[in-house]
Amino acid sequence: MSGECKTDSRLEKLLRSGKFAVTGECGPPRGADPEVIRKKCALLKDKADAFNITDNQTSVVRMSSISSAVIMMQQGLEPVMQMVCRDRNRIAIQSDILGGAALGIKNMLCLSGDHQKFGDHPQAKNVFDLDSIQLIQTVRRMRDEGKFLGGEEIKGVPRLFIGAAENPFADPFEIRVPRLAKKVAAGVEFIQTQCIFNLKKFGEWMKGVVDRGLHEKVFILGGVTPFKSFGMARYMAKNVPGMDVPDELLQRMKDTPKEQQADEGIKIAVETIQQLKEMPGISGVHIMAIEWEEKVGEIAEKAGLLPRPTV
Amino acid sequence: MVVGERKPFEEIMKMLEGHKKVMVLGCGGCVTVCLTGGQDAVRVLSSQIRMARDKDGNPIEIIEKTVERQCDPEYVDQVQEIVPDVDAVLSMACGAGVQFMAERYTKTPLYPALNTTFVGGSVKEGYYVERCQTCGECKLAYTGGICPIARCSKSLLNGPCGGSTKGKCEIDPNVDCGWQLILDRLRDLDQMDRYEQILEIADWRTSRDGGPRKMIREDFQR
Ligand code: SF4
Repeated sequence: MSGECKTDSRLEKLLRSGKFAVTGECGPPRGADPEVIRKKCALLKDKADAFNITDNQTSVVRMSSISSAVIMMQQGLEPVMQMVCRDRNRIAIQSDILGGAALGIKNMLCLSGDHQKFGDHPQAKNVFDLDSIQLIQTVRRMRDEGKFLGGEEIKGVPRLFIGAAENPFADPFEIRVPRLAKKVAAGVEFIQTQCIFNLKKFGEWMKGVVDRGLHEKVFILGGVTPFKSFGMARYMAKNVPGMDVPDELLQRMKDTPKEQQADEGIKIAVETIQQLKEMPGISGVHIMAIEWEEKVGEIAEKAGLLPRPTV
Repeated sequence: MVVGERKPFEEIMKMLEGHKKVMVLGCGGCVTVCLTGGQDAVRVLSSQIRMARDKDGNPIEIIEKTVERQCDPEYVDQVQEIVPDVDAVLSMACGAGVQFMAERYTKTPLYPALNTTFVGGSVKEGYYVERCQTCGECKLAYTGGICPIARCSKSLLNGPCGGSTKGKCEIDPNVDCGWQLILDRLRDLDQMDRYEQILEIADWRTSRDGGPRKMIREDFQR
């Protein structure tokens, strides 16, 4: 992969210099209080290289991704601005890309977005003017060709390091490597995967990725989420579409006494990271400890990922 | 065909409040085929309304009528003698039919008895499914004859998303994932290589986003 950076992103610098990267996640609050983000930032600081700011995750209204990212930067952390296609057409998308870049955001994650049915406004009209692959093309074009989708020239291009998500566990499995290839062809530079619980299946997917040489064209960060409890593990297994939690793991959580389940969840996450570190083609991990931000540091520490390198 | 579903009875009764004499007007087109707006439906709804109003001690006079199509001025004209004679018309046509009536008869209130739901077909009697969103730029040649806009819940041109599970869509285990259907077809057609072509960003001007649409056959204009 080219070592030459296209942006001032720290995450990009680390990845291009061959370091094993760690990203985390921070969900904005359901209100206008910036303190909530500041508190999360205090827990997350120095525990990972960059932190995703979710964009109305699961279609529940929250503080905007851009503004939360700005608050995060004021605390000295590097955000990855998530952007979904559900809520904006191409005019708003390009406008927000310019705005985000102008405010100093350096990383962006292109997503289709959960259907609004899952959220608190199922009555909403959805947009999906673009899909995630076309969103990748859009940012690439804005950054590298200096052009809007409409063809006009951009004065002051947005210099964003471009990421996307991929879910190796969704169906049909046979197109999950080709789908990554499509994202690569669209111009994606880093990928954060869906939470990995089924390491065997993930390994199969990664083999397909490596066989096609895709790991040499895109940095792949494996997604890791710690279970807080057996209840959460069961919920994820049964109710979250596209999530693959093997029975052995469920059993392991179930067999653990309630008071120790949180620790067991963290242990599983650490073991997963250790296996991912050994896997060919993996450039880092993405730790998603949803509303459990205080544990990101502990997981990273136990997995031997701290202190984070400086670049 | 255009599929419509009858509105809840209470909503219809509310629209007719204060009216003493109305025409319930059926349509012999699509809504007859989907069993919601044809002659039989007119008869059933009319008697329901009469019974309900009689029960309230507020009787209503109803003229029952069905024309060939309400989306055609020629047929809409056929009720010109009746319309001036009623307080209101309850149309059982799709939204297009209701509007053709409203445009033709400007002095009489026009009420829709149906919710026009989608363009689709019947997989079996009394079972209708959506197939087309009338985007105005048919892409079926590239997607194995299955429409990603109408059949993917997010209209993704480059799906499937990460929520596709065992052939079903993330929004509901009773809804097929449109992209799974597309891929199954491409496999059957031995066209899986097409999957890796990125479908370009759509031009929605041909869709509703470009404003109300027209289709004009110049050779028929004089
Ligand atoms: S699960 Fe399939 S149909 Fe549903 S939104 Fe995703 S790609 Fe579209």
